[in-house]
Amino acid sequence: MKKIAYSNLDVCFAAIAKTKTLYLPMADGVDEKRGAKYTKWTPEVTYTADAVNTVRSAKDFFFPQVERMTNFKVDGKKIEIEDIRKECEDFVVFGVRACDAASFDILDSVYLAEPIDSYYQNRREHGVVVTMACTKPSETCFCSVFGIDAARPAGDVTCWRDGDLVLLQANTEKGEALLLELPMLEDTAENAADKVIASIETMLEKLPLKDLSTDAFGGDKLMKLFDSEKWADLSEACLGCGTCTFVCPTCQCYDIRDYDTGHGVQRFRCWDSCMYWEFTKTAGGQPRPTQLERFRQRFMHKLVYYPANNDGKFGCVGCGRCMKSCPISMNIVKVMKTLEEEHE
Amino acid sequence: MQDTMKKRASELLADGTIARVLGWKNGEFVYDPTPAVFDSAEELEEGFVYHDFCGNNLSKYLIKLSRLEGKTLVFLKPCDSYSFNQLLTEHRIIRENVYIIGIPCDGKLDPDFVRASGAEGILGITTDGDTIVVDTMYGNVTLQKNACLLERCRNCKSHQVMVYDEILGENGEINEACGRFDEVEKLESMTSDERYAFWRNELSRCIRCNACRNICPACSCEMCVFDNPASGVSQKAAADSFEENMFHIIRAFHVAGRCTDCGECSRVCPQHIPLHLLNRKFIKDINTFYGEYQAGAEAGSRSPLVNFTQDDCEPNIVCKGGSK
Repeated sequence: MKKIAYSNLDVCFAAIAKTKTLYLPMADGVDEKRGAKYTKWTPEVTYTADAVNTVRSAKDFFFPQVERMTNFKVDGKKIEIEDIRKECEDFVVFGVRACDAASFDILDSVYLAEPIDSYYQNRREHGVVVTMACTKPSETCFCSVFGIDAARPAGDVTCWRDGDLVLLQANTEKGEALLLELPMLEDTAENAADKVIASIETMLEKLPLKDLSTDAFGGDKLMKLFDSEKWADLSEACLGCGTCTFVCPTCQCYDIRDYDTGHGVQRFRCWDSCMYWEFTKTAGGQPRPTQLERFRQRFMHKLVYYPANNDGKFGCVGCGRCMKSCPISMNIVKVMKTLEEEHE
Repeated sequence: MQDTMKKRASELLADGTIARVLGWKNGEFVYDPTPAVFDSAEELEEGFVYHDFCGNNLSKYLIKLSRLEGKTLVFLKPCDSYSFNQLLTEHRIIRENVYIIGIPCDGKLDPDFVRASGAEGILGITTDGDTIVVDTMYGNVTLQKNACLLERCRNCKSHQVMVYDEILGENGEINEACGRFDEVEKLESMTSDERYAFWRNELSRCIRCNACRNICPACSCEMCVFDNPASGVSQKAAADSFEENMFHIIRAFHVAGRCTDCGECSRVCPQHIPLHLLNRKFIKDINTFYGEYQAGAEAGSRSPLVNFTQDDCEPNIVCKGGSK
């Protein structure tokens, strides 16, 4: 295990930024209400260790909101395909929380399964994830419900903040390599983080949502949940906006569109939201005609369909972003608590 | 107030005046009620709440609910009542199918501001006059209520419910000196380059979630132009770095003269873009060019933008930025 003084982190950041692009959470502007956002590090950027989480998730680094896929050059009846894929630059994302780090596993099982998504794979291969254990979780945090340990986050390197010290532990080859590039780090005892881990665990025990049950959900409960009469009440106030899906670290659906440039086509993909009225609309029509079906789709995907296809693993990491951002304050916790009432 | 509202709603359900109640349902925490429809006294008893975090404007839901059989009871706060009137003006709500109870409001709280003031891990909140005490996982925090108010409540334009069938408590007054254009004046005093940079920065954070549009009572088109696949623009991705800027500017133009300044756009923006400032600029300019006009103050009023009079200022004055 390595250590460095918290006040010295900037030296570390400068060293990383020499060879790789570094992103870390920074307070967003003058208004603290705005929370934190991932920002490209420069000497003027101040790392915000206090923010529980960024407003937007870290999935943006591997699965950006908009991404150009290919170009088509059109000349009369001739169409030429231009492959615009190129190696992505090496980058480091610092300060990722345990929930977001766990979301990468969920995205991986979708995008790195055959047929592999080369755009996503490219970014995953070139990105190093440095996590930071949570010291002050929010009441909206419930990652432990999905087996995520906020005191021991995954990632290529795990960090803990212990007063004026930051402790660093490499977990992967990529992580080892990154720490080797940082001579300012000092060695410390392998169990140096035990004390801070214990204090985080005490804090996690106090979380109001820690006992949320997943017993009523899973791949084998499809029809009962699908047919529940509760969806009508749960979805009645839903605006059909995409806020929950766009701040969610595990929402992974996209749309592919063609932009007509006049002399060719730029094909891009962008995040899609099952909450939008034209999600999966085809020539044959809209399979989910009202907001009830669209709303149900989002939660069924996370709590039933995803686990059905991924050995029982749920498609939520309990980051709580949807709880903080939904304009009408409807969210996965309210959905789970309402539906579990029907579960014997 | 909550108990009085519940009691009155139950009475009206019992005597058959109304078929359902539109209000707020208690949430997981103290600060996250959800708009909800209650069909019975039992449902009201179980979940109906009215407190400092019931900021949601309920008027837009009545576009649908006023088309159901039987009357819908709605509780309208002063600022929601302006939106209701505006929707009546636009023939979007069937008035005779709605029973309105006006309720007083002395400002609603924004959980984001509570957090920003230093209260993380919120477990409970009690209001005591001008202060609120937040019970958090990390101990009690005492905050000034003013510091935690929603953006729109900081410059509340009116405590007066503009339309109702009955009202609970005393109706309030319009607050002429609310100072809601102060921020606009700050923007106006910038150079055009500074102002351009300000908006480019703010709007660049947009994630195209469309929450501002979908919550907006003035955005009640059956299909938005941005949702038309043949329009050449996409509602969920920006073709270039200026597109989301255009989205907000076009939307502000579209609601100009109809926006009542209810502030829901800024309340719901997950990226905290101060969208209300765009709308307030339009309101301020309309006031300057055509005389004071408040959308939604009166049902059926004609916005100066759709009402030609011979006193209207010449278009070139508008072009010059209003130097009359």
